[in-house]
Amino acid sequence: MFHSKILVTLRKSILDPQGKAVEHGVHSLGYTKVKNVRIGKYVELNVDAPTEQEAERITKEVSEKLLTNPVMEDFTFTVEKISS
Amino acid sequence: MKLKFGVVVFPGSNCDHDAHYVAETILGQEARLIWHKESSLGDLDVVILPGGFSYGDYLRCGALARFSPIMKDVVRFANNGGVVLGICNGFQILVEAGLLPGVLLRNSSLKFACKYVYLRVENAETRFTSQCRQGDVLEIPIAHGDGNYFNDQDTLKRLEDRQQIVFRYCERDGRVTEASNPNGSLSNIAGVMNESGNVMGMMPHPERACDPVLGHTDGRKVFDSLVENFVLA
Repeated sequence: MFHSKILVTLRKSILDPQGKAVEHGVHSLGYTKVKNVRIGKYVELNVDAPTEQEAERITKEVSEKLLTNPVMEDFTFTVEKISS
Repeated sequence: MKLKFGVVVFPGSNCDHDAHYVAETILGQEARLIWHKESSLGDLDVVILPGGFSYGDYLRCGALARFSPIMKDVVRFANNGGVVLGICNGFQILVEAGLLPGVLLRNSSLKFACKYVYLRVENAETRFTSQCRQGDVLEIPIAHGDGNYFNDQDTLKRLEDRQQIVFRYCERDGRVTEASNPNGSLSNIAGVMNESGNVMGMMPHPERACDPVLGHTDGRKVFDSLVENFVLA
């Protein structure tokens, strides 16, 4: 069994009003040195696959087909073996 | 002969009955609600994907509805030239399903926008707007949190060149201004269609502006156009 951690981020070209609002809040707390707040998503899942390669392939496909929308999002992920 | 409208009902759809009411009672056509778990649309002329919050807007608006069993047949229907109208959440589902280009981001205001807006008809030579003239201004309500249309510049140019932009948010007099853009949409886009012109998505709710009892009837032009084009065909 493998454990995947997927990080979904908005593409650089996309404005992130939510991030902007949070940045504003951070500044009102007094942390004026904080810049470029961007909000993304974090997804965890387990994959019952025979090899790490296979688990990576499945994680990538699921990320492309459902977890992200390529028009607005990018993703990175890690896969880790959790049991035999 | 009456046209056959089908309104797909997803878990969380909440404008399905409004659309059905408009088709059956206002337009006097046949209309049927279709549960999303059905695998076939049956014999239909027009499919409406209604507004609402399918699957609670989980993950991304429309992202999960796209995988409902009925969507396979909706895609088949659309690819065969069938007429599909996506309203609000229905528009979000159509872009997620790849039937329309672009994506609908969170409103730039971060607020849910629920009000009447003005729309300028950018292309009156479509199945959805033939009862309008180019430049006509329609008053139709919006109700959404994620209606901020976005696309890359190349695709935007292509949409413009091929006149796929059907509606833009505008002032009462038809001027397209930043102030009249309720959600930050790229180029004030409120509605787009696919290249072959049989699939359209729009964030505003024409079905909420059809019954005179509700005070506005500009939305009828969209539905009357649909009906007119079948009668002529």
